[in-house]
Amino acid sequence: MVHLPVLQVVIPLMAAPALLLLNRPWQSWLLTCVVTITAFAISGSLLGTVYSSGTISYELGGWEPPWGIEYRIDLLSAYVLLIVSGVAALVAVASRQGLDADVASDKQPTLYVLFCLCLAGLLGIVATGDLFNVFVFLEISSLSTYALIAMGPHRRALWASYQYLVVGTIGATFLLIGIGFIYSLTGTLNMQDIAARLPLVDAAHTVHTAFAFIVVGVCLKLALFPLHFWLPNAYTYAPSMVTVFLAATATKVAVYLLIRLHYSIFGPNFALDVLPLNTLFLVLGLAGVFAASLVAVQQPNVKRLFAYSSIAQIGYMIVGLGLGTVIGLQATLLHLFNHALMKGALFMAIAGVVYRVGGSDLAHFAGLGRLMPWTMAAILIGGLSLIGVPLTVGFISKWYLVLGALEAGLWPIAGLVLIASVLALFYVWRIVEVAYFEAPTSLTEGAREAPLGMLLATWVLVGANIFFGIDTELTRQTSELAAQHLMGVQP
Amino acid sequence: MIMDLYNYWVVIALMMIGFYSVIVRGNLVKKLIGLNIFQTSVFIFYISVGKVDGGTAPILVDGVTLYSNPLPHVLILTAIVVGIATLALALALVVRIKDAYGTVEEEEIREIDEQ
Repeated sequence: MVHLPVLQVVIPLMAAPALLLLNRPWQSWLLTCVVTITAFAISGSLLGTVYSSGTISYELGGWEPPWGIEYRIDLLSAYVLLIVSGVAALVAVASRQGLDADVASDKQPTLYVLFCLCLAGLLGIVATGDLFNVFVFLEISSLSTYALIAMGPHRRALWASYQYLVVGTIGATFLLIGIGFIYSLTGTLNMQDIAARLPLVDAAHTVHTAFAFIVVGVCLKLALFPLHFWLPNAYTYAPSMVTVFLAATATKVAVYLLIRLHYSIFGPNFALDVLPLNTLFLVLGLAGVFAASLVAVQQPNVKRLFAYSSIAQIGYMIVGLGLGTVIGLQATLLHLFNHALMKGALFMAIAGVVYRVGGSDLAHFAGLGRLMPWTMAAILIGGLSLIGVPLTVGFISKWYLVLGALEAGLWPIAGLVLIASVLALFYVWRIVEVAYFEAPTSLTEGAREAPLGMLLATWVLVGANIFFGIDTELTRQTSELAAQHLMGVQP
Repeated sequence: MIMDLYNYWVVIALMMIGFYSVIVRGNLVKKLIGLNIFQTSVFIFYISVGKVDGGTAPILVDGVTLYSNPLPHVLILTAIVVGIATLALALALVVRIKDAYGTVEEEEIREIDEQ
């Protein structure tokens, strides 16, 4: 059991070549399900261990850090591992039918290979305590993501993938430059060790340069407005199941990375007198929330609409970071978890519509309220959660965000957050209107309820949206302790 | 002073050339060449960082006490592999874009998409 931190990453990584050799649609799916569910079980067990006995440090190959690579699971990493592997397991289960809508059956085994590689990369970023390891895992997950997006049914998927590849590579290379500066200053790559040595370094300019490169590089990956332009196309043209996975995990891991690098390596108060980073985060976050929500309202395609909504939701997370307080950081961590649940449920339900109706334009939703009642109910509840209606997870994260803003004395920000929620109401309403108040057209006539596997995965996520909206114990406590730990506050 | 750090000047020049090409060029293959130059500049940066003045290759030999730092070199081997994988994947995408759109010019692809 002592090897669980590394097994978390190695099992999906090793599954990839095994799947490549297996190369049969049905068996590949089964193996992917087993692997992802195992990963989920491991992350659940890791979270339990961290709760009971504190941070886990695992020495790869028995080499003691800082010489060897260390995997370090603290409360924050265990929390993010849980949501990433949980969504991955649900996506894997639903993929049996979900992939048929937009991937030919002879291509599906390859997709499972890429899926497992991507999962291994994402889990690796979260589990590792070594800075260069972060770069390698980031590239493993990114490269497989580019290929996954390119498997979309429309030729625009290729163009979307190419654009993301160029932007993603620039982002990762920026991160690499930053890591290079830090290594040349401290002579170490272990995050703990860097955090201990960095305050002693007498070269403020170089440290600031490194910090700037790292922040911009990671912000490209997490699609912070105005560095978001790759995201809408990528989410819209990727196969529907891939969109579910990416929307619920990839940007969340990037947000995790930003928090980890900012707070655990540079420290919460780093360079605040030189770089007005918190103000920058507040301004860009809010600008992203409003700009992306306003664009989302006008989109004729539902996948693209929710892609823009994702950019807006990332804006909320960044606003939380910009507050620079424990409650602000807690709001970010809560929204990171909750947004994965919301967007997972929404995109999974949309995948069901794509499967039955064959598209995700608004016209494809006409009259589906009666034809696919369970799927549309899932979109309705997911949408309510996105708006932040009480009894859903969306309410919890917005509540903490507003609380954080008020506590910091920034009531205009609290007001803007609430106004932005109204914008979410507008774009969710457009879908509800078409689905419930319009008669089925020739496009949607005869559509049946989504297949059982997909419906099940959708409703597990919808259930989680409601469950964590009412019983907030797990998310609230974990995020609070993690935020206090990161800010260096004793509980 | 400036000549002492000439390798870093080369890094900066290459980085800017690469970055400029990625942004300005409309041809997808030329963009990738720019991207590769950009990445290569970072490789040279790492290798320069690892060099110790008067140091030799880190192999145990009698009478030598000063070695260059091998770790950045090892790191950059990994990064080179990543760079090759990225380039290979990107070129494969360009081939498929050429098949699907009949062109590798960004402008023309955008025009086709807007129709």
